[in-house]
Amino acid sequence: MLRDALTTALNGLFERTGESFGMPVLELRPENIVPVVNRLRAEFGFELFLDVTAVDYPQRSPRFDVVYHLYSRKHNGRIRLKVSVPEDRPVVPTLTPLYGSARYMEREVHDMYGIGFEGNTDLRPILLYEGFAGHPLRKDYVMDMEQPIVPYRE
Amino acid sequence: MQTHYPAPVSSYLERTADPDSVVVNIGPSHPATHGTIQIIAELSGETVKKADVHCGYLHRGFEKEAEHHTYHKVIPYTDRLNYCSALNNNFVFADAVERLLGIAITPRCTVLRTLLCEYSRIADHVTCVAASVMEMGAMTAFLYLMTVRDYIYEHLNHLTGARLTHSYVRIGGLARDLPDGWLARLEEILQFCERYVARIHGLMDRNRIFIDRTRNVAAMTTAHALNWGFTGPILRSTGLGVDLRKDSPYLAYDQLEFEVPVGIKGDNYDRYYVRMCEIDESISMIRQCVRMLPGGPVSVDDPRVSLPEKELVYTQIEALIQHFKLVMEGIRVPPGEIYVAHEAPNGELGFYLISDGTARPYKLHIRSPSFVHMGGMHTLLEGYQVADVVPTFGSMNMIGGECDR
Repeated sequence: MLRDALTTALNGLFERTGESFGMPVLELRPENIVPVVNRLRAEFGFELFLDVTAVDYPQRSPRFDVVYHLYSRKHNGRIRLKVSVPEDRPVVPTLTPLYGSARYMEREVHDMYGIGFEGNTDLRPILLYEGFAGHPLRKDYVMDMEQPIVPYRE
Repeated sequence: MQTHYPAPVSSYLERTADPDSVVVNIGPSHPATHGTIQIIAELSGETVKKADVHCGYLHRGFEKEAEHHTYHKVIPYTDRLNYCSALNNNFVFADAVERLLGIAITPRCTVLRTLLCEYSRIADHVTCVAASVMEMGAMTAFLYLMTVRDYIYEHLNHLTGARLTHSYVRIGGLARDLPDGWLARLEEILQFCERYVARIHGLMDRNRIFIDRTRNVAAMTTAHALNWGFTGPILRSTGLGVDLRKDSPYLAYDQLEFEVPVGIKGDNYDRYYVRMCEIDESISMIRQCVRMLPGGPVSVDDPRVSLPEKELVYTQIEALIQHFKLVMEGIRVPPGEIYVAHEAPNGELGFYLISDGTARPYKLHIRSPSFVHMGGMHTLLEGYQVADVVPTFGSMNMIGGECDR
């Protein structure tokens, strides 16, 4: 029923809707993510930004999916939002003005997949070190890739 | 779109700060930062004006490794996420795979997993409280709680064969049933734990030094906690009773009676007290589990997922073939994607798993509570004294394995 309420309220803002093991899934275009999340937060009580990650489908165009999970206390439920971004411009708008917790998680996605978050000014590496080359969770990053040796700091 | 970003740590150290302030580097080689967290603090006198929390020193590429291993071989990796309560991580992963496979675990396995979740929760909370009070100089409390923790680890060692990284779960069940006398010893340890937790209450609760160091330090509101993604005891310490065991019950939690302890102010003292109360609740839940523990097998009888008895592998050709295929080829999980979250001792532990129908995960992402907590910790450090950094960090219970993955 949460899914029905969502599809009615957000009609026109998403591309496709689905359900995965009882969790509503909305597929959106990158420019709609901020308005949708804004309304999810205001109207449906999605106050907890659980997670953002990405999935790499090298054979597919657009290549990446950026996947968000949010939790609503009011509806006691979760929702998954998916945004597809192409390889040549892997950028989505940031959600840091809405949720503080997006700050660290967006940095991690930027580290691991090289996906940019427009508006997030602090995308320094977080799990990787300074000087790490490449994005390790992309499917074309092979497991035994060698990394440049980082010089000692004076 | 900015494409080049300054180096994470040195850029903060080298930048021109306010000339009246001092930039101090705390960690990562510092016992109180658990050896994996670096805090770069800009101080004005003794007050932290700005803090930059940096993690990643324990990054091992868990998610990349998981994409190259069969589902059973991922289990030992999940142990090493939160190594203070490895069983909880095991069970979330197994739950995610089992739901994708569409198999239901046996009633005995359900109750045993619930029992072990709560048992691990005690070990985790005890470790957290012990470490955080020890960092404030409370050596007696530390030694008492470490005694409890070691009894639990030795007892889990008897069951699983390992003290810390148990790898006890199997897809569709558990590695083996309880050994003889395990439940009798469990009750002894629970009584021992209750006695020692009571001693900690006596030592700490009304201790002037402890209260001065923790009351009203790093306090926050519920709205602040939600904004920064805090879950688990940290969110509950602000007075909001969000607990996945109550809100969306999994395993056997819908059959158990328990309270969700909450705090008032969301400060360091409340985080300590919520954890202590959760230990009491866990003990009561374990006793309920022991009372309702049904008989029967611990693993499902499904040749697609369950490894056959070792004895049969050596005596029957069918069992040998089944064993070989499960070990060499692995379990084929139908295509699909799922997000499963359990209430781990630290907060919401979520596994986002995508299967493409092969024997290896296409993608496995961990929503680890510690990582999210570190993302918001600077807000709790800023404005307080530099001496409060260590107690606040201790009360967050950051576990490096889970934070950095």
